[in-house]
This record gives sequence, structure tokens and C-alpha cells, in this order.
Amino acid sequence: MSMEIPYTVEVRPDTGLNNGKIGIWLFLASEVMLFGALFASYVMLRVGAPEWPRGSTYLNIPLATLNTVILISSSVTMVLAWASLVKQDFSRFRLFMGITILCGLGFLVVKYFEYTSKFHHGYFPATNTFLAIYFTLTGLHGLHVIGGMAVNGYLWGPGSALWKTDPVHFTNRVENSGLFWHLVDLVWIFLFPVLYLL
Amino acid sequence: MGQETTVAHHGAAGAHDAHHEELGFWRKYVFSTDHKTIGIWYAVTGMLFLLFGFGLMMLMRWQLAYPGQALPIIGALLGEARMPGGTMLPEFYNELGAMHGTIMVFMGVVPLAVGGFGNFVLPLQIGAPDMAFPRINMVSYWSYFVGGSVMLASFFVPGGAAQSGWTSYSPLADIAGSGQTWWLFGMVFLITSSLLGSINFIVTTIQLRAPGLSFWRLPFFVWAQFVTSFLLLLAFPPLEGAAVLQLMDRLAKTSFFLPSGLVVSGQVLEVSGGGNPLLWQHLFWFLAHPEVYVLILPAMGIVAEVVANNTRKPLWGYRSMVYSLIFLGFMSFIVWAHHMFITGMGTTMAAFFQTTTMIISIPSVVILSALFISLYGGAIRFTTPMLFALGFLPMFGIGGLTGLPLGLTAADIHLHDTYYVIGHFHYVVAPGTLFGLFAGIYYWFPKATGRVLNETLGKIHFFGSFVFMNVIFMPMFIMGLAGVSRRLYDGGASYSHAQGVLQWNVVSSWGAWALALFQIPFVFNFFWSMLRGKKVDRNPWHATTLEWAAPSPPPHGNFETLPEAHRGPYEYGVPGAARDYSPQWEPVKA
Repeated sequence: MSMEIPYTVEVRPDTGLNNGKIGIWLFLASEVMLFGALFASYVMLRVGAPEWPRGSTYLNIPLATLNTVILISSSVTMVLAWASLVKQDFSRFRLFMGITILCGLGFLVVKYFEYTSKFHHGYFPATNTFLAIYFTLTGLHGLHVIGGMAVNGYLWGPGSALWKTDPVHFTNRVENSGLFWHLVDLVWIFLFPVLYLL
Repeated sequence: MGQETTVAHHGAAGAHDAHHEELGFWRKYVFSTDHKTIGIWYAVTGMLFLLFGFGLMMLMRWQLAYPGQALPIIGALLGEARMPGGTMLPEFYNELGAMHGTIMVFMGVVPLAVGGFGNFVLPLQIGAPDMAFPRINMVSYWSYFVGGSVMLASFFVPGGAAQSGWTSYSPLADIAGSGQTWWLFGMVFLITSSLLGSINFIVTTIQLRAPGLSFWRLPFFVWAQFVTSFLLLLAFPPLEGAAVLQLMDRLAKTSFFLPSGLVVSGQVLEVSGGGNPLLWQHLFWFLAHPEVYVLILPAMGIVAEVVANNTRKPLWGYRSMVYSLIFLGFMSFIVWAHHMFITGMGTTMAAFFQTTTMIISIPSVVILSALFISLYGGAIRFTTPMLFALGFLPMFGIGGLTGLPLGLTAADIHLHDTYYVIGHFHYVVAPGTLFGLFAGIYYWFPKATGRVLNETLGKIHFFGSFVFMNVIFMPMFIMGLAGVSRRLYDGGASYSHAQGVLQWNVVSSWGAWALALFQIPFVFNFFWSMLRGKKVDRNPWHATTLEWAAPSPPPHGNFETLPEAHRGPYEYGVPGAARDYSPQWEPVKA
């Protein structure tokens, strides 16, 4: 692009923000509305149901606890990855970003074992409304995990070339990707008690 | 990018400045990231969809006026599967109805009002070189294009397009044919497009305002787009969630919207059950009520620009209009269940939504009144854009006032799902919003092309449209008050209580076909003026806002020099000034 868009990297003095930062927060707001609507649907379905199974009837709480730990840890390493860039330490960024991506992968592997064990027992979305909302919510969340990993993978690999030409811009991108990753983490922190424990 | 530039430089022996490299055909027109090109693409695609959706309606109007009679020529062209012997099948009628609504709202009006006008005008009005995220802007258009294509393709799948109304109420939509699945996938693309667009508009407005252009100096149109973007951003995701749930119901055989023991064609449906059909309605209307304001606010913004420019005086009550706009946007999130009064909700709930609905009418009335008062004492120029803006005011007024009885539970029980409702919201959107959008097309056409649209053809277009819009929609109030339901395949012919008002169906239908004839001058004018219209300078209307400081059409990057705002947006007829307009970009003389 031959034309420069103002405040892509630098901060606009009177708003104190750059374009990407506002953009990502607006996107997160829309994501909150998406998951908020689905959580509200869960409430409405559950309140209207004559009986509702406890999560432990179908779901594996220890595995989900493990996944919660994995995802929270990945949020920590995500922050460390960004902090390394702020301290101009690119190799530490590579390390922590790599761990973040591996944690995401670990989460998906655990989720895969959970799903296949459900299918093995003959539990499908069509079985009952509890399993329907379980598969829908965790499936949509899983797609978000994959999306976050794709962006983080790009920033870890080919996207990191930007570090050499425009380190501030690259650091901003990692920060924004991190904000999204925290939201993915946060959604899970709501999903875990709602689906597994309540 | 840098490398390419260097190559171009050497190749053309320095003929092109490095900052104005020539883009190839694909980058310049098809995958353009320029907000003006994208805006024009949005507007043209939106107008084509409007024409197509209008065509569907003209077909339906035949069946409503002359139920069961064969439609000459066109009926035969549509084939035996849809219109055997030229007579419309009920299934085809349902397809037309569902797709007319979907196309007009999601693929016609919103893309034209927000994608078209927002993209083309907003960055110019705030003195920006482009949108904040040009590439996301391009993705937004192409996502819309894919969504629209999916919707169009659904007409040709077995069983045809969606038939469950534009509202896609479950359980009907859950058990409908495959067209409904296409509808849902199409909606996911359209929602993605709106989401990307709205983020872009908000960031652009906050970040790329020209120096000196504070929020209280923004033109009202920018404010309208700004609030609209928040509605799109926050109201659409719940519909996306609802679409996911309905897709699960249809593809994974879940029962989110299917109650236990549902009987279809005499058989109990074999599903797990336990779902809630009203859940769909809540999620749908949580989007669709703010969506009503998404349809109307950009048009209000355009009308405000045109009214200020053609009365040659400042908008009356600019600040109260902006406050009303923000309040309206906020309130639009808590009125949705007034669409659901007859679903059997409790009286407490009904009282709450009835109250919020009455409250939301206040800011609408404030804005409309401010626009009316702005006319008082003005030196009005009756240009074509002004005629459409003047047409908008009473038409939107009728649409808004007829909405009040629908917001009151007692009156709504009688009027719900009748032609009265159809009349009400069409007055808001058709002679309301569409007139606002036409005003915008006539007003900004010179900025996009450097030429003006022909005034005589424009006036024929306006007066014809004005008369026949009313011929179409006024009879619907009469039919609705008589109790004739909407969505009837025979327009009420088989109901005894409708017999006294059936003749109005014929009036309405001929009105629709006459309206089509009066769009011909516009279509001709649009293309003819683009090529042969009178050339004008950059500020033909003697307007004050920043877009008129740019050349017509504006080049890539928009302005020769970065504009600066020195005053408010509507300084017309300033006492003591040399001319009757003081543009924002001209410094105030000490």
C-alpha cells in the first residue's frame, strides 16, 4: 500500500491509542455478545427443562481441570512473550510464544480425548439438550482456540519478520493477539463451572 | 511492496512518482482497498439487490391481487416447478416472501446505507485519507458478496430457497427444506461482513478525524454512522449465535428450538426435545430490533446533511439531535420483546417492554422535530435531494406514529401479524429510509463522479415514487385494521372478514407496478449522467462539510493537502460572512 494510514503504529495524542488497539477491543466486545447470547440460551434452556443432568453425569471433571490449568498457564506465557518483546528480547519471545502455542495444542488434544470418549459411550449432540449445548459451546470455543493458535503461529513464524523492520508495530500485534487469547481463556473459565460443575 | 515500487520506478523510467504507483486492474477495481471504490461497489451491489428484492415483491403482488390466476408470459418463464401453468405455487410464494425480506434488509438497505454511504462519505467527511483498516474493509465487501451469492444460489437448490419468513421462526425453520441451511450459511457471511465493517467505522471515526475536527464538529451523518456501527457490532453476534444453534438443530439433530412431542404431518417428531421455540424469537429480535435503527439512522443522517445544505441555515438543535441518537442507540437494545407480545409472556415482562418502547419513541420524535423546525425560516432550494429529504420527513413520521399502537400490548393483540404491521414498517423503511438513501445518491453523486444527475428526471423519479409509495402502503393500514393477516397465500380471499377490503390488494399491486415504472428514469439518469451529465466543480451544492474540499472524484488518498476543521459542520448564513456558507476547512478570519 502506497498510502500511510495515520496511527497504525504510533498513538494518536488526544485518544492515547492506536487503531489496532481500539479495533481489537471492539472485536472482543462483539465476542462477548456472541458468547453472552449462548450463555443466556443455556440459562433459558435449563430453566425451562423439567430436569437437567449434573455435568459429572456425562463429563470428566479431572480432564477439564487439567485443561483449565493448561489454558491459564498459556495466558501467563502469552503475557511473558509480549513482555519479552517490550524488553527487546526476541529469543525469549520465541520461547514463550512457542509454549503458548503448545499449550493451545495440548488443550485441543485433551478436548479430542474427551469428545471421542463421549462418542464411544453413545453421547451425541442429539442425545439431549445438555449434551447439545455442551458440544455447541465447547465446539465454538475450540474453534476460537484454533483461531488464536493460527494467529499466534503466524506471529511466531513468518509474521515475526516484522520485528526487524518495525519492532513497535510487531509488539503491538503480539499484544492484540494476546488480548484475544485472554478472551479465549476467559470464556473457558466461564464454560468450565457452567458445564462441568453446576 | 517496496520492491514492487522500485521495479515500477525503473520500468517506467521514473514516470510515476513512488507514492502514486499504478495499481493493476485486479488491485485497483476488484480487490481494491480504497474506501471510495469499496463504497461504490457496496452501493451498486446493494442497489441491484434492492431491484431484485423489489422484483420478487412484484411477483407476489400478482398473486395477492389476482389469487390463483395465471400470470401471463413471466409465469411461464419461471417454469412448472414454481408456477405450473403460470399459477404460483404456495411454496414459491413462501420463498418469495422470505427472500424479499431477507434481501431487502440484509443485502439491500444495510449494504447501501452503511457499506455504501458509510464507506464513501464518512472518511471524506472527517478528512481522512482512507478507512483505518483498508484491507479489512475489502474483506468486508467480499464477505458480503459471498453471503449474497449463497442466498441467490439457494433459489436453485432442491426445494428452493428459505420459506420460513425473513424471521426464520423455529420450529418451522428447523424442519424446513435445505434452502434454510443455505440461508443460515449466507447469514453467517453477511454478519461477518457487518462486524468487520462496523469495527472499521468506529475506529476510523475515533482515530482519523482531521485536526480541529472535534466530536462536536462532526457532521450529523458521521454521528449516525458511528451509533449505527455500535448497533451492528453488538446486536449481530447474538443472531450469529442463534444461527449456530439453528444449524445444530438442522445438521446435528439437536433440539434447541424443538419442544418435546412436536407433531409434524401427523407424526411425532423423533428428536430429543426439551427445546424452546421462543428462545429463537428472543435471540432473533435482540438483533432485529436494533437492526430497525440500523436501517433508519444512516438515512436520518443523510437527510440532516441535505436539509442543512438546502435550507441554507444550521441544523436546529444539533446537539440535542446527537444526544437523542446516542440514547436511541442505547434504548434499541431493550425493546426487542415488543415483537413478541402475543407469545404469552407474563404481564410484568410485557409492561416493561411496553414502557421502554414508549420511551424510545421520544428521541425519534426529537430528531424528526428538529429536522422539521430546521425548515422554518430557511431559504429552501427545492433540488432533487431536498425533495427526497422533504419526502422522508412525513413518510417516516407516518411510519413512526403507526408504530405506537403496536408497542402497546392491548392494541397489538388486534394488530399483530396483520397488514397493519406490514404497512407500518414499510412506511419506515420504503418511503422513509429509501427516500433518505435516494436523497444521498442525488446529493453525493457529483462527489463520486464529478457530474450531477439530471434534475428533471430526478423530479419525475421523486414525484412518481412519492405518489405510488403511498398507493402501495396506505391500503395496508385499512386491510390490517380489518384484521387481514400477513403472509396469506391468497391475500385473504378465503376469509370472510377480509371480503370487504380485498379490492385494496388490487390497488396496492398496481401501485407497486407503477412504482417500478417510475424507477426507470432513475436507472437511466444514473448511467446517462455518469457518462454525459453536466460537469461540476468540487463543491456544487455550496456545502460546508469536509468532503466538498476534496476533488471530484477524489484521488487515492482523497485530499491534496490535509484538511483542517476550523468551525462546526453547518455554518450556513453566518451574519457578516461574504457568502451564505462558511466551509469547515476555511480558517476563521480574526
